[in-house]
Amino acid sequence: MKYAFFLGCTIPARSRNYELSARKVADKLGIELIDVEEFICCGFPMKASDYKSAEIMGAYNLCLAQEKDLDICVLCSSCASQLTEVAHSLSEDGPDREQINDELSRTGLKYGGGVKVRHFARILLEDIGIEKIKEHLIKDLSDLKTAIHYGCHYLKPSEIYDGFDDVENPKSLETLVALTGARVIDYPGKKRCCGGPVLPVEENVAMSVAKEKLDDIVDAGADAMCLVCPFCSVMYDDNQKSIESEFGTDYNLPVLYLTQLLGLAMGFDRKELGLNINVVKTKELLSKYFD
Amino acid sequence: MDKINLDRADSNFKKELASQPGGEKISACFTCRTCTASCPITAVNNNFNPLRIIRMALYGLKEEVLASDFIWLCSSCYACQERCPQGVTITEFMTLLKNLAVKEGNMPTGIRVQRDTIKGKGRIYPIDDFDNKKRAKVALPPIPTSCNVVEKLFPPVGTHL
Repeated sequence: MKYAFFLGCTIPARSRNYELSARKVADKLGIELIDVEEFICCGFPMKASDYKSAEIMGAYNLCLAQEKDLDICVLCSSCASQLTEVAHSLSEDGPDREQINDELSRTGLKYGGGVKVRHFARILLEDIGIEKIKEHLIKDLSDLKTAIHYGCHYLKPSEIYDGFDDVENPKSLETLVALTGARVIDYPGKKRCCGGPVLPVEENVAMSVAKEKLDDIVDAGADAMCLVCPFCSVMYDDNQKSIESEFGTDYNLPVLYLTQLLGLAMGFDRKELGLNINVVKTKELLSKYFD
Repeated sequence: MDKINLDRADSNFKKELASQPGGEKISACFTCRTCTASCPITAVNNNFNPLRIIRMALYGLKEEVLASDFIWLCSSCYACQERCPQGVTITEFMTLLKNLAVKEGNMPTGIRVQRDTIKGKGRIYPIDDFDNKKRAKVALPPIPTSCNVVEKLFPPVGTHL
């Protein structure tokens, strides 16, 4: 199984732990991730200010995958949403596609439709399957109480995701985390946004949104949080200390990527999964598994 | 919250919105407030209220809406859009309002910086040699430190063929 590997902007610059662990997990499961040097920003952060340009960037990336005759595997939920949306709106020949192709003609590329874009977690469920994943899990993480954060764009807007999972009652990440043996802890506000997109507009509002979820997760007694988007991780991991000092709270809640959790269960060590790069220290949590 | 003042209403604004992507369905809103009740931003800051923004737009308060700070507080999380019983694409509508505000010259500095960085460098966090050193240290492949294709995708105004 082979995919064009779309890293986006945040992951190579700020989330090497996510990239490292995803590559390890993919390798173990026989997923071939093809790096495409020419990929650029998916366009998502520009949707609010310049919708058309954002669509052009998305379409340009789709063309690069099309040139290689590959579908796209994405790690970032915002990239997944943006690229899926563009692929969705340009899936049929018509004036929209023509207009975009007119813009793309300056690069010598032309989008013909048909490139499928999926998040890594979705590929695990749909193309690999839980039975095959299970075969590679050698460590039981049953001491780990995990709170799952779905984030928004992994599943929304639902109209572009072909009925993958249920927005109001999602199960896909629970299904994957449960394979490791880890206990999934429910908590109020599980579907709440991380607040990230508001960060460049009004930091305090963004931090307040993130704080609510950290409060709920710690109250529910979770040992760690598990997520699938680098920008959500910026809010909960990178900014956790700032939230603590701004609101006078104390969480010390490790924030793990799904791929780090799966990697642990596959027997990879801390460094192989970039767990030493996580901002909130994971050492104490992991001492249970690496004594 | 202040009352909505209709003195400067622009009766064409509703039509203008309805003709653009994201604005097609707003007239279907029957003010049930599901959007506001679902909104994670309203929960922490009631300056942002999706129902109120939709009503203001429908009443034709173009200037108040497009010059406001509050439209930029939408996090585009889609909670409202997924739940709207009338099928109003509220998140897409907010995106439309933000895009129109930019055309009127109104945008937060942070959003402007993001746009200019992406259109100029092709990435929101451009990669430098130091980043690639850190990547090499953990055996991750290098990422290009420059991006020429953006000049082709977004040629300076006037040079467009």
